[in-house]
Amino acid sequence: MTASVFFGCTFIAFGPAIALFLFTIARDPLRVIFLIAGAFFWLCSLLLSSLVWFITVQISNKESSSQQKGLLIFGVVLSVLLQETCRFGYYKLLKKANEGLLMLSAEETMPISIRQLAYVSGLGFGFMSGAFSMVNILADSVGPGTTGIHGDSQHYFLSSAFMTMAIILLHMFWGVVFFDSCEKQHWWSLAVVVISHLLVSCLTFQNPQYVGSLVPTYIIVFLVGLWAFFCSGGSLRNLKLCLTCKDKDFLLANHRPR
Amino acid sequence: VTEAPVPTQNQHPEPGNGQAPPQRTPQVVESEEDEDEELTLKYGAKHVIMLFVPVTLCMVVVVATIKSVSFYTQNDGQRLIYTPFPEDTDTIGQRALNSVLNATIMISVIIVMTMVLVLLYKYRCYRVIQGWLFLSSLLLLFFFSFIYLKEVFKTYNVAMDWITLAVIVWNFGVVGMICIHWKGPLRLQQAYLIMISALMALVFIKYLPEWTAWLILAVISVYDLLAVLCPKGPLRILVETAQERNEPIFPALIYSSTMVWLVNMADTGLGHRPMTRKNSTEAPITQVESQSLALGPAPLSPPEDDGGFTPNWMGHQEHQLGPLQSTDETRREIQQLPSARPPVMDDDDEERGVKLGLGDFIFYSMLVGKASAAASGDWNTTLASFVAILIGLCLTLLLLAIFKKALPALPISIFFGLVFYFATDNLVRPFMDQLALHQFYI
Repeated sequence: MTASVFFGCTFIAFGPAIALFLFTIARDPLRVIFLIAGAFFWLCSLLLSSLVWFITVQISNKESSSQQKGLLIFGVVLSVLLQETCRFGYYKLLKKANEGLLMLSAEETMPISIRQLAYVSGLGFGFMSGAFSMVNILADSVGPGTTGIHGDSQHYFLSSAFMTMAIILLHMFWGVVFFDSCEKQHWWSLAVVVISHLLVSCLTFQNPQYVGSLVPTYIIVFLVGLWAFFCSGGSLRNLKLCLTCKDKDFLLANHRPR
Repeated sequence: VTEAPVPTQNQHPEPGNGQAPPQRTPQVVESEEDEDEELTLKYGAKHVIMLFVPVTLCMVVVVATIKSVSFYTQNDGQRLIYTPFPEDTDTIGQRALNSVLNATIMISVIIVMTMVLVLLYKYRCYRVIQGWLFLSSLLLLFFFSFIYLKEVFKTYNVAMDWITLAVIVWNFGVVGMICIHWKGPLRLQQAYLIMISALMALVFIKYLPEWTAWLILAVISVYDLLAVLCPKGPLRILVETAQERNEPIFPALIYSSTMVWLVNMADTGLGHRPMTRKNSTEAPITQVESQSLALGPAPLSPPEDDGGFTPNWMGHQEHQLGPLQSTDETRREIQQLPSARPPVMDDDDEERGVKLGLGDFIFYSMLVGKASAAASGDWNTTLASFVAILIGLCLTLLLLAIFKKALPALPISIFFGLVFYFATDNLVRPFMDQLALHQFYI
């Protein structure tokens, strides 16, 4: 395939995430560390779910393709549940670490707030998830070949890229909402996060009917994004102030002395 | 080896003030200690990132080379003299046996070399060590980089004449020698260190057979652990001897992130001679023909007054140790400097530079490079090993901040890296392949 496919798909899939990283995370070393730790936790969850899936495949009938597909679906559901469990575990770890840090230092405020941690960890999860889904596909797109030569969809790369972008953004939003609901002990909103994650994954079972999977996924992205926005303290008033550059708190906080 | 910064000594965030002046009142000292922890955390995170970036760069160089230049993944049938047993045998048992023997030979060579080094250091044969280092870096900067360049040209089918090549290699090598053994711009020096670590890692990836390489990685982390933590371990003896003599431990073969130039002092007429910190590093001694990589992974040493993490991978003292180390006199001079010193650096946070031994670079890059070479073209394995190594490094530095004593830098990262490599290659890869086939997303 062509270089334009490669670059196009890379930027579609990772553009927003890399922009977020560069503008909000790259300057603060603590955030970078927590991002990578988030990626690590996602990786651990994937490892566990792959282990379980692998074991079930070994003891199953390898010939029957429907059984294999069933096992794969089981693997997907298990993986989603394990991811959310690892997110919860990461949350607990961060809370403990934050308490420890607070005890150690005489400062009143922590160097990084739990909301920032939520955002950063969500993005870490998203990065790793997106990378694992997309990088092999991108590597293949650089080489020679014809998409869908055996009758499969020709939009494989493009749809993968869009799906990956959606997943990365979703992980970030889920991170924010998840941590917020854990902080406020709203277990029902936690359940909604898990269910929406399951929903998004299950929608992809319809691939290659991309209309059925991509469109609802983007609707969910939008909705969860709104929810995360309101969870993290945003409001219409804030948004208006920010967009018209009249938000004095923001301007003061980010004012760099010349 | 990594060394921790000294939080208790450098508390003041005043510009350019390296040491707390002795005439401080006690109350101020106490509040300094409270702020200290906060500063430790902030500085700790900054130091971690200052190590992440070069380690990542080195790995990127190695992976990029492995993926594009096929020379480093070809099996030419050549082996290092330290790994004489071939791995393309008929039975798996024979292969396992051969790889175990290879690893044993390699590790014993490394152990012997480290002992020799410790002895040389103990009996103050600094000239021998310096000469050894000089020769190794010479070999690395000229010969190995020439081979690398040749292979890159072959891969991209670039026609190059010998004269241009000679000019390029000569300039590269000479500038490298100057930067590493003497003085040079910081970024250039860092770049050279990253390049030579990458070159060494590539040599290892090429010439060490598959199972031998994994075994060596595993065994060398265990060796690192033992050598640094056991009371009679060679590296621990090294660290303690250096501390007794109050000399910086093996400033050579160390990647440093800052340079302390007190040149301003001379300009403002205070009359201090410029003192460069331990920023020069030298190439690992790897003379494939005659000597092995002598250095064991450096132990994390206890804090020194120049701060920074100082992973000593190979303990070699440079000739610069003599005149340029911080002796009691120079330290006293600095302490007596007035606090209104012109800031010598852009960032007073970076007074304590971060240092990491080149051996750690080499083995991390070797792991990731092997992962990308061997894992059947799969990028997920490479990514997983990369993240695992970074997290291991992070944990190591955290432990260092907690325990504040000599700790080995390799074990945790290599352990995580190996676990994640094998797990991802065997478990995650089939799962992700199936998912990608059906375009399911998790």
